[in-house]
Amino acid sequence: MTDRIAGRASGPSLRQRRQRAAFWFLAPMLFALFCVAAWPLGRTIWFSLTNTTLSNLYGGEWIGFDNYLSMRTLSSGKVVWRGTLVDPAWWNAVWNTIRFSFVSVFFETCLGLIVALVLNAEFKGRAFVRAAILIPWAIPTIVSAKMWAWMLNDQFGILNDIGMSLGLLSQKVAWTASPDTAMTAVLLVDIWKTTPFMALLILAGLQMVPRDIYEAAKIDGINPVKVFFKVTLPLIKPALMVAVIFRMLDALRIFDLVYVLTPNSAATKTMSVISRENMIDFDKFAYGAAQSTLLFAIIAVFVSLYIWLGRVDLSGEGSK
Amino acid sequence: MTRHKLLKDIGFYALVVVIVVFSVFPFYYAIVTSFTSGTALFQVNYWPETLDLSNYKAVLSSKNFLYSIANSLIIATATVAFSLLLGVTASYALARVRFRGRGLLLMTILAVSMFPQIAVLAGLFELVRFLGIFNTHWAMILSYTIFTLPFTVWVLTTFMRDLPVEIEEAAIVDGATPWVIITQVFLPLLWPAMVTTGLLAFIGAWNEFLFALTFTSTESMRTVPVAIGLLSGASAQEIPWGPIMAASVIVTVPLIILVLIFQRKIVAGLTAGGVKG
Repeated sequence: MTDRIAGRASGPSLRQRRQRAAFWFLAPMLFALFCVAAWPLGRTIWFSLTNTTLSNLYGGEWIGFDNYLSMRTLSSGKVVWRGTLVDPAWWNAVWNTIRFSFVSVFFETCLGLIVALVLNAEFKGRAFVRAAILIPWAIPTIVSAKMWAWMLNDQFGILNDIGMSLGLLSQKVAWTASPDTAMTAVLLVDIWKTTPFMALLILAGLQMVPRDIYEAAKIDGINPVKVFFKVTLPLIKPALMVAVIFRMLDALRIFDLVYVLTPNSAATKTMSVISRENMIDFDKFAYGAAQSTLLFAIIAVFVSLYIWLGRVDLSGEGSK
Repeated sequence: MTRHKLLKDIGFYALVVVIVVFSVFPFYYAIVTSFTSGTALFQVNYWPETLDLSNYKAVLSSKNFLYSIANSLIIATATVAFSLLLGVTASYALARVRFRGRGLLLMTILAVSMFPQIAVLAGLFELVRFLGIFNTHWAMILSYTIFTLPFTVWVLTTFMRDLPVEIEEAAIVDGATPWVIITQVFLPLLWPAMVTTGLLAFIGAWNEFLFALTFTSTESMRTVPVAIGLLSGASAQEIPWGPIMAASVIVTVPLIILVLIFQRKIVAGLTAGGVKG
């Protein structure tokens, strides 16, 4: 009896009770994320250290880092290196991915900035333009890959037709099939599809800039170009940094567009594509797992560097 | 001066026209193509010249394509419902309760949303096989959680953080438990944010390709992107462009309509979440 009364008086404070409730509210979400993210990631890394095959997932044996790199000395004294890290196909994929990421994000940022500046101006039909640029974003990637594959078709594609009639092309180009142009095709479609996203993020940053800054600059007679580089750009830099990192992460893991637009082309094969190919199609499950682990590591290093160097506040906690 | 301004206006509107045409033309051209068939397909038409519905008939009479639409609808709806259910309670805890490690937890959740999906593919494949859900809807519902859940939590948290403290204080003074606070106080206020995140998560699940490609093996279990991506003709050389474009238009038009209706909400959600759908 006394216990109960005492318990009530000195029971958990409101703050403690709220924290306990918070824990139970978070638990299901954390458990779900553990099941779909942490556990599979750990298993992938574990698989990469074994010789597991697709047909026998539990029959793998521990082979250490052999999937990554191994050295064997033949009886003749010759040293043979094996593993992903000496696989030219892998390095080709790494190079493709990096080239794709930097070029696409560069163009998307520049074009996104232009579109955002246009949308930030007041003019008739702005709502219409904003709706129009949402269309590429709303179209599923696979559908846009197919749409563009048709437009880029070597025989009947409309882009070859336009190019020929404007005199830009002297002959029809097999955009997606030819190794010289396959990457350009992938870049073109990706830039078309994701520039709207970039533009909207930058626009959100631009709308934070107070209008009277422009008014003041106008009265002082400062060149608009100078205003842009000296005033607007520094002010929207935080928004720009966040937009660039999200796009970059997305670009580094690109899979679907490349897989559908340019199937089996060595000129565009990215890290994600080559990992899945090894894992599922070539029955080199553990080898593919090693490659996807490397991709994960590359992305992790990249994000940490970017956040550290750019001092990007992603959580929004700092501003509170 | 006026002449200078006129030139500037012309330049500006020319830029606007270029942006609009570049954005809209590919989809317009897909629609034009979807209404042509046979040899008409092999002449480049800039304007719709025929209104041939045979591609649509071909696509809609294919059982597997109808199945894949149903699959995508079921999977996307279930994924969204699941993510919102877990997301609302979790984001209440993250937005309104102060506890140690909250910032770190938020960063971890954000990090998960940036995971390269390929990095979990091997582990998820094993999990899907282990649970015996390979080639079922559950495989996709489970795996899509990896990108819809962090995103939902993230956007709902930023939204809830901006709600005033007073609304909650009154409820606390009245002795309401956190559960009552969520369901009675916050839920009614959260509807706009939930519509936005739900819609974005739906689009994300509807468009996903890698997991759907890997975790299905029969044609009738495919989702829409996989069905369209792997749609092929009698031979490898003979790609059925007409039906592909018709299928593309069928699955894209509802999305575009949704996006245009909710465009303000979507833009707000995108800029809060900073995540590509």
